[in-house]
Amino acid sequence: MPLAFSPTTVPVVVDEAKCIADKGCTVCVDVCPLDVLRISDLTGKAHMKFDECWYCMPCEKDCPTGAVTVNIPYLLR
Amino acid sequence: MDNFVEGLSEVTCDVLVIGGGTAGPMAALKAKQKNPALNVVLLEKANVKRSGAICMGMDGLNNAVVPGYATPEQYTKEITIANDGIVDQAPVFKYASRCYDIIQELDRFGIRFQKNANGDFDLKKVHHLGTYVLPMPNGDTVKKALYRQIKRERILVSNRFMATRLLTASDGRIAGATAVNTRTAEFLVLRAKTVILCMGAAGRLGLPHSGYLFGTYENPTNSGDGYAMAYHAGAALANLECYQINPLIKDYNGPACAYVAGPFGAYTANSEGNRFIESDYWSGQMMQEFYNELQSGKGPVFLKLNHLHADTVGEIEEILHKVERPSRGRFHQARGTDYREKMIEMHISEIGFCSGHSASGVFVDEFARTTVPGLYAAGDMASVPHNYMLGAFTNGAVAGEHAAEVALETDLPDFDSEFVKAERKRVLAPTRREDGIPPNQLEYKTRRLVNDYLQPPKVTARMRIGQARLAEVRDDLETALVARNAHELMRSLEVSSILDCADMAAHASLFRTESRWGLYHNRVDYPKKDDDNWFCHTLLRKVDGRLVSEKRPIQPYIVPIENEERTAYDRLRVSNQA
Repeated sequence: MPLAFSPTTVPVVVDEAKCIADKGCTVCVDVCPLDVLRISDLTGKAHMKFDECWYCMPCEKDCPTGAVTVNIPYLLR
Repeated sequence: MDNFVEGLSEVTCDVLVIGGGTAGPMAALKAKQKNPALNVVLLEKANVKRSGAICMGMDGLNNAVVPGYATPEQYTKEITIANDGIVDQAPVFKYASRCYDIIQELDRFGIRFQKNANGDFDLKKVHHLGTYVLPMPNGDTVKKALYRQIKRERILVSNRFMATRLLTASDGRIAGATAVNTRTAEFLVLRAKTVILCMGAAGRLGLPHSGYLFGTYENPTNSGDGYAMAYHAGAALANLECYQINPLIKDYNGPACAYVAGPFGAYTANSEGNRFIESDYWSGQMMQEFYNELQSGKGPVFLKLNHLHADTVGEIEEILHKVERPSRGRFHQARGTDYREKMIEMHISEIGFCSGHSASGVFVDEFARTTVPGLYAAGDMASVPHNYMLGAFTNGAVAGEHAAEVALETDLPDFDSEFVKAERKRVLAPTRREDGIPPNQLEYKTRRLVNDYLQPPKVTARMRIGQARLAEVRDDLETALVARNAHELMRSLEVSSILDCADMAAHASLFRTESRWGLYHNRVDYPKKDDDNWFCHTLLRKVDGRLVSEKRPIQPYIVPIENEERTAYDRLRVSNQA
């Protein structure tokens, strides 16, 4: 049984112009209790890789440049 | 990151604390302070800086026993009554006697509590009988303050390692744990003289109404791993049929009213805007009344603040939208709901296990000892009822101190290397498959079955069907679960814990053939409370690979309860309404 790719709209959004992950910052990735953020190999910026969010907000609060915004997941909105 | 790396390492320590949320850091701190020569390791699935139920903070203490407001005797009595009498009072009394020291210690850490003009702690009444709620205006600093202490005491922190099973020695003593890295799947064996489990609630058991797997009341990282590990190590688990179910803002799954907004004059109302319960303190009896109103012609149920002055609402929002679950303001903004204008729809949560709010947990005595020698448990996963955040701190401290003492007089126990080999094979099995069922689908199905068959009102025939369906899912888990990277492996192991907890929930619920604790154990085909046969704990444990439940007598009360006091929580419905 092959696996399908099911798209979801993710709650955590990163402003790539503000994100400094390409300078070595990993704060949002480090503080997420569910470990759902990653730094993209392509862009060098943080992004939400896994749609498994508790909308708890340490990623947004601890981001040193204000690049991260946490929205309520669509199914709850 | 997330790619598989083959690896097997071994670490040895004196005291191993598993879980770096609330109880865990305090347990590690107290063990180290008790004896700075001890090697204390704090293992955490996420990162101790921001892990666990209080990752963003906490808006108040729900159960502070502060001189001048309440005595340990009064508190012990209230908790005994709120739990229908099914309480060993010794650990509750110990908590109540010790927690004021811990409050003062947390205050010194920089977590300030609300004080009045005289500089005394400013407590609020929320419970049915006594006064125990203490607001925390800067409760968003809890984790940072704890982290500073952990660093100061030089506790060895190991982040991103998920514990999988406990190790026991040939004489049954605890010997350590196995763990797997959540980003590389490298395997780790931790040998220890004593182990303290602080792994939180089983919060990902039921499925929220939204269908979003992670939209749970509890932080979804708390997937019941501690319950499952204790079970597989042979420890007894107490009163698992006493589920956790909480009143919530509909869909948002954040706590609603009682402890924050209640003291300001807000309350839970029906669609007519009327109160229907005397006390908003969370108990099974209160939840039953909530459920009845929800299902009635006067439903649904609402959080009512629109009768309050706009400035008062602003003050409540300042707490609700900034401290414990700050995304709540965003939720209301997107919905266009304003507390000032209209009542906010509420609902009840999915089911879970959590002694923090309810009573089900790994059985512990007043020293936080489980039934396995050398193994301790504290916080939401240990059986001290209604212990909340302050209970996690206090009982974590109790566990840390005792485990440090025992570690000093214990030689490092041996462990079974064949067990470790088999466990490594079990853990990594989903990574060895090319094809199969991914963890998100297995999890959805498990939790959908929990909702369909196990949540109250509980019906015998329905729960038996649920057991059969869950057994089918277990076959899939053992033969077809596939993880394509280390992150999916973590989720796969969590599904295994969730399934274990579902099996335990069904077994424990079927064993107790009566109704008790209001909605938490409302068995429709045994509707009456049966004190003659069931005024006792139930203990569940693994015997020869199977779930076995037994009765355990309640220890004689330290604080006597008068007959007329016993039923105080049965009289929560506003009387002129019925």
